[in-house]
Amino acid sequence: MKGDACLNATTSDVPLKVLAAMSGGVDSAVAAARAVDAGWDVTGVHLALSRQPATLRSGARGCCSVEDANDARRAADVLGIPFYVWDFAERFAADVIDDFVAEYEAGRTPNPCLRCNEQIKFSALLDRALALGFDAVVTGHHAQLADGELRRSVDAGKDQSYVLAVLTPDQLSHAIFPLGDSTKDQVRAEAAARGLSVADKPDSHDICFIADGDTQRFLTDRLGERPGDIVDADGQVLGEHAGTFGFTVGQRKGLNLTTPAAGGKPRYVLSISPKSNTVVVGDKAALEVGAISCTAPVWISRRGSDEFDCAVQLRAHGMVSPARVRLDPDGGLTARLDRPQFGVAAGQALVMYDGDRVLGSATITATSR
Amino acid sequence: MAYLDHAATTPMLEEVISAMSATMSEVGNASSLHAAGRRARRTVEESRERLAASLDAGPSEIIFTGGGTESDNLAVKGIYLARRAENAARRRILVSAIEHHAVLDAVLWLGSHEQAQVELLPVDEVGQVHPDTLATAIARDPGSVALVSVMWANNEIGTVQPISELAEVAHQWDIPFHTDAVQAVGTLDVSFARSGVDALTVTAHKLGGPYGAGALLLSRDVNCVPLLHGGGQERDVRSGTLDTAGVVGLSLAAELAVGRRSEMAQRLTGLRNTLIAGILREVPEARINGHPTQRLPGNVHASFRGCEGDSLLMLLDAKGVECSTGSACSAGVSQPSHVLLAMGADEATARGSLRFSLGHTSTESDVEAVVGAIGGVVERARRAGLANAVRR
Ligand SMILES: Cc1ncc(COP(=O)(O)O)c(C=O)c1O
Repeated sequence: MKGDACLNATTSDVPLKVLAAMSGGVDSAVAAARAVDAGWDVTGVHLALSRQPATLRSGARGCCSVEDANDARRAADVLGIPFYVWDFAERFAADVIDDFVAEYEAGRTPNPCLRCNEQIKFSALLDRALALGFDAVVTGHHAQLADGELRRSVDAGKDQSYVLAVLTPDQLSHAIFPLGDSTKDQVRAEAAARGLSVADKPDSHDICFIADGDTQRFLTDRLGERPGDIVDADGQVLGEHAGTFGFTVGQRKGLNLTTPAAGGKPRYVLSISPKSNTVVVGDKAALEVGAISCTAPVWISRRGSDEFDCAVQLRAHGMVSPARVRLDPDGGLTARLDRPQFGVAAGQALVMYDGDRVLGSATITATSR
Repeated sequence: MAYLDHAATTPMLEEVISAMSATMSEVGNASSLHAAGRRARRTVEESRERLAASLDAGPSEIIFTGGGTESDNLAVKGIYLARRAENAARRRILVSAIEHHAVLDAVLWLGSHEQAQVELLPVDEVGQVHPDTLATAIARDPGSVALVSVMWANNEIGTVQPISELAEVAHQWDIPFHTDAVQAVGTLDVSFARSGVDALTVTAHKLGGPYGAGALLLSRDVNCVPLLHGGGQERDVRSGTLDTAGVVGLSLAAELAVGRRSEMAQRLTGLRNTLIAGILREVPEARINGHPTQRLPGNVHASFRGCEGDSLLMLLDAKGVECSTGSACSAGVSQPSHVLLAMGADEATARGSLRFSLGHTSTESDVEAVVGAIGGVVERARRAGLANAVRR
């Protein structure tokens, strides 16, 4: 449960000054509690990320509602730590929501949680925290961080190392994840034992800024309808779409095709082309991916050679496959999968692991068989 | 701890606590006819007379309420509805742009639910409403004005309004005038009779009294539609069993506060000026907002460019200095103050402001605590502010 920041602190008598990001959920509340137990000087902060907090989903499901801010405040009061709400709505809109819309518009599939960690929690928030005299930001992410190494949580089902793998060593040196050595059940039990009222609050699942979970409508509201054709690999028109941004590579449901496939085989989105405003569909075999090109790698623990074996994960909670990674002269990288995977979407992160240890990550730009 | 947030609430006076405790241990509903009820009623009526005397009003002009917010709501909604019932053309409500939300949101609600046309009277760069501004606004169509409400002194920037002059302007057209005097009582000379206003809001917890106790002073010739219906207490304008202890606390706190007003005002003005000088010495580019002289004795409101008020507040809190950004919160997120925006401040200035408010327990050492901390805090908050600008 230690990050680099707390190792530094052992060299001095002054307690570490940490800012605990408190979403109003059980994880961040217990993370803050453990920081208090560690003897650190803890201040709780809730990030207000919505421009209209009252209009976002209420209750337990989101991460930006008024109720969540109140839950976080209540937990901070129980822990006896100062608590503030900081308004990051503008940064969140610019760096996460606008990026989310632009990525879909460009035919890619973004991961907003990852972007939020990279741009908000460990950039905007961390920068402000450091400037205000804090040493580190504490969050309730399920991942282990020690000696600069990021590892999966002991709870494989809840592991969040994938959405943290975009962080640089510098960012990680000011991050503390106190929950990595515990399962979610243990965290809940601990919350109950500590008298935190969020102990049995349901997990948040979907995208926090899409209140009703209807991503397609969210995007349509922002981008407008842009009708075009759904075609097969030969270019034959099979149906219509209201905008290519409504699709993800590998998607099967919601295609509304008018022409049934030969033999009634299910069809999947193979590729998305905003330029020609078409969505190409085909059968599952055509989704097979053996090689993945990526850009902008970020290394937490870089390998010595330009070509190495590791395991790669291609989406949050996705399968892991052994692969051979080669660093390209242009600064990008290519991963050759030992076993093909299906439905790999551009825009997602490719995260490289050595066992449970994160080596680094890069953004997927293209795939081939 | 240095507590410089007396405008939010001020410590209760010992005398008030003991008077209230004594009252609370006695049974009696002031509306009951038996001996216990009569005793409670006597306590209430004595308190009413005491509050009336403190504010230079008649006892029958006092309506006890559950605090400042209720009094403000009762005044603007009740008078609006009564005036409109008398003449359906009266739809305009004129209020200053810097009212407390208890007035502002109440009239905006009338706008969205009761066909009121709300007009915000502009203020100058130190936060004053000019009598001419009011006269011009009324003269545009005098017959359509239902009421005017302008606060006696502003809770954020401390600017004091020319209340008698403004009330006189409204009266030239026989338009009722309400003022929220929550921040004024205790440090300014508040006379209901001499001010000429028709309705005046006061609350106990800013005077050394309890929370949830207040009053609306309402002239006998102004009609006011009740918001709470029931047992018909308080001239039928505000039903509900009277909170005898609260009424005792309010009245005693007002009497004590008004009794030592001059001495208090003088002492707080001295502390305030020391605080202003100290802030400007430590942070020369700081700007003091509000009127240089026509301001509440205990109010200092300063802007620190490039800083977020939230950051300043947190850093001072960590150093044991308790103050406020002065502006309202929505869902815990501080909004740029509508008061500063109305005075022509830009959003960055409005966000980077702090209110220090002094009161009866304030001392030199409270002021020194602020002056000692402010330089470092502003420097640090400014760095954090720069770190946080939206990148485009
Ligand atoms: C000017 C003003 N009006 C009204 C109120 C509300 O009074 P209360 O807290 O008694 O409801 C306050 C206090 O916050 C105030 O400062």
